Amino acid sequence: MSLLVREALLAFRRAPLLSGLSITTIGFSLYAVGLFALVAVNLREALREVEQRVEVVAYLLRGTPPEAVAQASQDIAAFPEVARVAFISEDEALRRARQELVEFRDAYRDLKVNPLPASLEIQLKDGYRDGAHTAAVAERLRGYGFVDDVRYGREWIEKLDRLRNIAGVVGLTIGLAFAAVAVVIIGVTIRITVLQRAREISIMRLVGATNGFIRGPFLVEGMLKGLFGGLLAIALCYGTYLLFRGQAELATSGIVFLRSPQLGLGVVFGVLIGLGGSLVSVGRHLRNV
Amino acid sequence: MIRFASVYKDYPKGAALKNVSLHIAKGEFVFLTGHSGAGKSTILKLVYGELRPTAGDVRVSGFSIGDLSPHDLPRLRRRLGVVFQDFRLLDDRTAEENVAFAMEVTGARADSIPAKVMRVLTQVGLAAKASAYPPELSGGEQQRVAIARALVNDPTILVADEPTGNLDERATRGVFQLIREINAGGTAVVMATHDLDLVRQTTYRTVELREGGVVFDSGVDEGSDTTEGLE
Repeated sequence: MSLLVREALLAFRRAPLLSGLSITTIGFSLYAVGLFALVAVNLREALREVEQRVEVVAYLLRGTPPEAVAQASQDIAAFPEVARVAFISEDEALRRARQELVEFRDAYRDLKVNPLPASLEIQLKDGYRDGAHTAAVAERLRGYGFVDDVRYGREWIEKLDRLRNIAGVVGLTIGLAFAAVAVVIIGVTIRITVLQRAREISIMRLVGATNGFIRGPFLVEGMLKGLFGGLLAIALCYGTYLLFRGQAELATSGIVFLRSPQLGLGVVFGVLIGLGGSLVSVGRHLRNV
Repeated sequence: MIRFASVYKDYPKGAALKNVSLHIAKGEFVFLTGHSGAGKSTILKLVYGELRPTAGDVRVSGFSIGDLSPHDLPRLRRRLGVVFQDFRLLDDRTAEENVAFAMEVTGARADSIPAKVMRVLTQVGLAAKASAYPPELSGGEQQRVAIARALVNDPTILVADEPTGNLDERATRGVFQLIREINAGGTAVVMATHDLDLVRQTTYRTVELREGGVVFDSGVDEGSDTTEGLE
């Protein structure tokens, strides 16, 4: 084991320029993937914020007994899709309207009778804020006799659904394409390393090294390069994130950085590419010599 | 030890060996001579498993080269020592490290390596230059390191392909003397050479090749003369 690691580390010392170039290439390839992940995460975050505004409002008929409303609130809160149910009385609705609709403030002040109905505002759980679930909840609410009307911004939610689907498909496709490009570039880089050491490999074989023995240090070297490349990519992504966060407009929109599990996944991806690339390159080389 | 039975070897450009039959006994010293392209190197490559015969049977230390599996190749090579005209040393490792490397790949115990390496470096007369890198050594010294590397795993056969081809006269004499001493220790030597002066200096068996065939074999039915002619 110590021989394996020593030989792998020696490879860095013997060819520092090539090793540095390999790590930089792996780093920049993963940086491209990381940048894309950063954009994807922020888009998803933005979508989630929009999603949180999804709510179903059931307007109640005038004169609905408070006990019936309380009972219905409990029932509705028990729906699997429902996160929270809030009762908004007629007075509360008017107060809100006066506060939020500044341009109609005078009109609302002069009212003698409150025209606004009481309502139940229903917020949905994560994962249930799509068109199908929202419509299903709305339909069930309409079944209550005292519910006059149900609103949930159907068209808006359907657009959100479409946007989510497009973002998902495009994200996956571009993400996979970036990852594939990274795999190819890293594979080529490792192949160059193997070719550069073809003479050493031939001498190892000449003195009786097994293929496993020859492969070992290359695999460790590939993994280390993947690891360092992954860390470099994180540093570059973080630098880019700081740069963008410094821009005033983006600062206010709350741009987020990748979370630890995502960063860990990136490094593991780098290590696995380094390992896989080395395995393929050395294996092919050993078969051909 | 080494047996070629009606061996043919074809390259895409033509035949390199045609119906070669040869037996080299344990501890024997055999010169392979002939012009460039006569088939000397092809015979050596078949011995150390770099090539497979197109037809016929090649047996080396109990291994059938034609049927050699990837698993058997390292096992065969560990029983051989191979030396080339161009030394084939790793320039970024010291003489000592080049020799130790050949032991490390066999999985030898780490604590047994330094003493053994120094012993063979002493044997080839290079103990004082153990920490020199190949580019810092003369051609003769580099070849001695290569020979030390070939010897470190106690091979039963030393395969030498023009080992003095790149050396001046003095270095040639020294390296050849070293190879003879190794043979005197019981290691069979198969040495390809263009240098007929070397061949004439001794009474070792000589196999001459021409256009892929054996045209002369001084040792047919004569056995070994390895202990003779040492200086």
